[in-house]
Amino acid sequence: MINLETPKKARALINQAYQAATQVLRPISRKYDRAEHEYPVELDMFAAVLDGLNSSGEGGAGAAGVRRDDKEKQAGNRNGSNLATVLGTIEMCYGDVGMLLSMPRQGLGNAAIASVANDEQLKRFAKTWAAMAITEPGTGSDSANITTTATEDGDSYILNGEKIFVTSGDRADAVVVWATVDKSLGRAAIKSFVVEKGTPGFEVVRLEHKLGIRASDTAVLRFDNCRVPKENLLGSPEINTSKGFAGVMQTFDNTRPLVAAMAVGLARAALEETARILADAGVVVDYDRPAHHQHAAAAAYLELEADYEAAYLLTLESAWMADNRKPNSLQASMAKAKAGRSVVDITLKCVELVGTLGYTEEMLLEKWARDSKILDIFEGTQQIQQLIVARRLLGKTSAELK
Amino acid sequence: MTALRENSGRKRDVMGLGLAALSRLAGSKTLERTGLRLPVQNLVSAATRNGFRAAGAVSRAFSSARKRGGAPTRPAPAADTGLFDLTPTEEQQMIVETVGEFAAEQLRPAAAGADEKLTPPDGLLTRAAELGLTQISVPEELGGAAAERSVVTNALVAEALAHGDLGLAVAVLAPSAVSNALVLWGDAQQQADYLPEFVGENVPAAALALLESTPLFDPFKPATKARRTPKGYQLDGVKSLVPRAAQAELFVVSADLEGRGPALFLVESSTAGVSVETEPAMGLRGAGTGKLHLEKVSLPAGALLGGGSPDVFTEAVRLSRLGWAALATGTAKAVLDYVIPYVNERTAFGEPISHRQAVAFSVADIGIELEGMRLVTLRAAARAEQGKPHAREVALARKLAADKGMRIGSAGVQLLGGHGFVKEHPVERWYRDLRAIGVLEGVVLL
Repeated sequence: MINLETPKKARALINQAYQAATQVLRPISRKYDRAEHEYPVELDMFAAVLDGLNSSGEGGAGAAGVRRDDKEKQAGNRNGSNLATVLGTIEMCYGDVGMLLSMPRQGLGNAAIASVANDEQLKRFAKTWAAMAITEPGTGSDSANITTTATEDGDSYILNGEKIFVTSGDRADAVVVWATVDKSLGRAAIKSFVVEKGTPGFEVVRLEHKLGIRASDTAVLRFDNCRVPKENLLGSPEINTSKGFAGVMQTFDNTRPLVAAMAVGLARAALEETARILADAGVVVDYDRPAHHQHAAAAAYLELEADYEAAYLLTLESAWMADNRKPNSLQASMAKAKAGRSVVDITLKCVELVGTLGYTEEMLLEKWARDSKILDIFEGTQQIQQLIVARRLLGKTSAELK
Repeated sequence: MTALRENSGRKRDVMGLGLAALSRLAGSKTLERTGLRLPVQNLVSAATRNGFRAAGAVSRAFSSARKRGGAPTRPAPAADTGLFDLTPTEEQQMIVETVGEFAAEQLRPAAAGADEKLTPPDGLLTRAAELGLTQISVPEELGGAAAERSVVTNALVAEALAHGDLGLAVAVLAPSAVSNALVLWGDAQQQADYLPEFVGENVPAAALALLESTPLFDPFKPATKARRTPKGYQLDGVKSLVPRAAQAELFVVSADLEGRGPALFLVESSTAGVSVETEPAMGLRGAGTGKLHLEKVSLPAGALLGGGSPDVFTEAVRLSRLGWAALATGTAKAVLDYVIPYVNERTAFGEPISHRQAVAFSVADIGIELEGMRLVTLRAAARAEQGKPHAREVALARKLAADKGMRIGSAGVQLLGGHGFVKEHPVERWYRDLRAIGVLEGVVLL
């Protein structure tokens, strides 16, 4: 039966995340925007609380909630951990996106582990905070073309290469690294490896200075004859050219709804703040009166809110499909594309509507307008999402529609 | 206001006078007689279509034999399952499948003809009525099929019909707007008088008329006036873009009740002072739109619907906008389904044009915005169905339907290029029809 409200059983979790966002994250938001590269120590205690939530069996708000366990398959409509994770993420990013990205044990690497690890690995890395290293200086969106190599040697793989834009690459306990085991076999030979901090040959070269999400560290990593035990290869070591890239790419079906959720949370923060400020200035949106008869700011706001609503529901849809074991690549990319571009439009327009108050550091609106831009870039840029959506709708291969 | 052109506000000069005279000459009968007129001119037929005014259709005798007091019958709100779910019920899937087939087999092939002739083809609406669409929302106690509120089902039906054709979908759904209003707000007498006809075999043409011909129209401030009289009410005003105005036997009309805001009135078409005029528009032509003139129309006291409550009126506006949002998703989906094979088959520079990002991304955008507006519409519908507040959700659904729907309509034509501009393909009609979403109020009601 069609119903697009948040599931009743997730409401407690949503409220907890909301409380954390407003009571823990917001108050330190500006502090760590200014103090880039300084670790938000406040997060340690909070992360412990989050761990507790995740182990409560209610389907946590954490990154590991994206795992698709086939054993759980059952008839009927499921509202499971994918949906709960997305809802939790929305609330946390209503607090602060950079902070969520810095949350110990909630890295995108954790989502990757949850997506493709076998049961033994899942157990072994349960307490590990894992970052995700895909992008290289010469490969951004073209992740099939990565050049970092993993050479088999006895019980190990030896990794060589450089990774950039690694979120939490300095703070995390480990990094999930994409590397090719045989460059000649193309994308099918790309595997992901968990490389733990302190492994000889693994070096953090530097941290980036960024436009936004400055609370989150973004690292450049170098792997120089870095020896990784074989059992750290996630999923199957076989090079299956027919299945190809699908294994590692499967991660994206799970992480894109998460990034969309980040965008939705941030957009909601900007909209609510703007509504409050506009109300103080005497402009209140009326949902029944024609927009033509309202203040231009109210009409503009309605347009932004409509985009927000579409992004929000696309995000829930893609997570709900994952919960119900429906293939969701198309919807995950739709959600990411819509949420990514909407959050940029929304946060920028909110600054404009609010004026200097929005543009100065007095409020968080200007920060949010800086934070938002990355959400239309990482985990697949707007253009990549458009490509994926177009290929799916048109029935085209990546060779045909480049 | 700043002039958009440097010469705005200038008077007609010699050149302009000459052009005007030439134009008059071109339109005169002289040319006809001398055989100079090019045969392609279609002005004459347009002139006959415009401005034709006649009395309203002869309405059947609606009043029931016995007088009814007591409480009216209302459908209960649907249950809240507490779970997020995008799967329609089995019953909904069945209905959508049936209506979808009807739209594909009956509406789509008839759409171009109806667009040209400004009316659905003979028999189409009878066949539509046989589907029992008006019964979906009428409670079982009143002869319908509804066990509870069915806003989502209605939205899915509107979407499926509009995938066939928007204008014809409006013609098909127009009576439901009136029967739904009677179910939701009619008193026992009104329900007894009118509803049996809507669940019977010969469903009357009927229309919900809110719109008026005024720029920046606000449905909450109708220019149509209602005045109390010793016997009931007197209505004066003109309603615009009323579907199947010439055939409608029953209207639900909005009018300002003595300066206290809008109220809804039941107006039978044969009431003295009711006349209709054809009013063809850019789109929705298959719906046979017309103006409804109300001149000193005297109504009985029982004609006031919903007790004139402002809440009832607001709800009517919302449920109507929701209907337009649902219709937009159907037609926008038709655009998407049409452009996909086209851009895959059309070749340029040695390969399908869909291999170009500029084309492919436009298709992707249609897909993304369509899915978004569809979900927003369904959320609003589900909230309305469960009796939850839905003003916000409806407003956002309508906003997306109007903006993105139009953009999708425009992209549809653009992707076909010159072929999209000619009537060989339906995309130009969808372009015209989708412009209606941001303009229309009333007409449909879920």
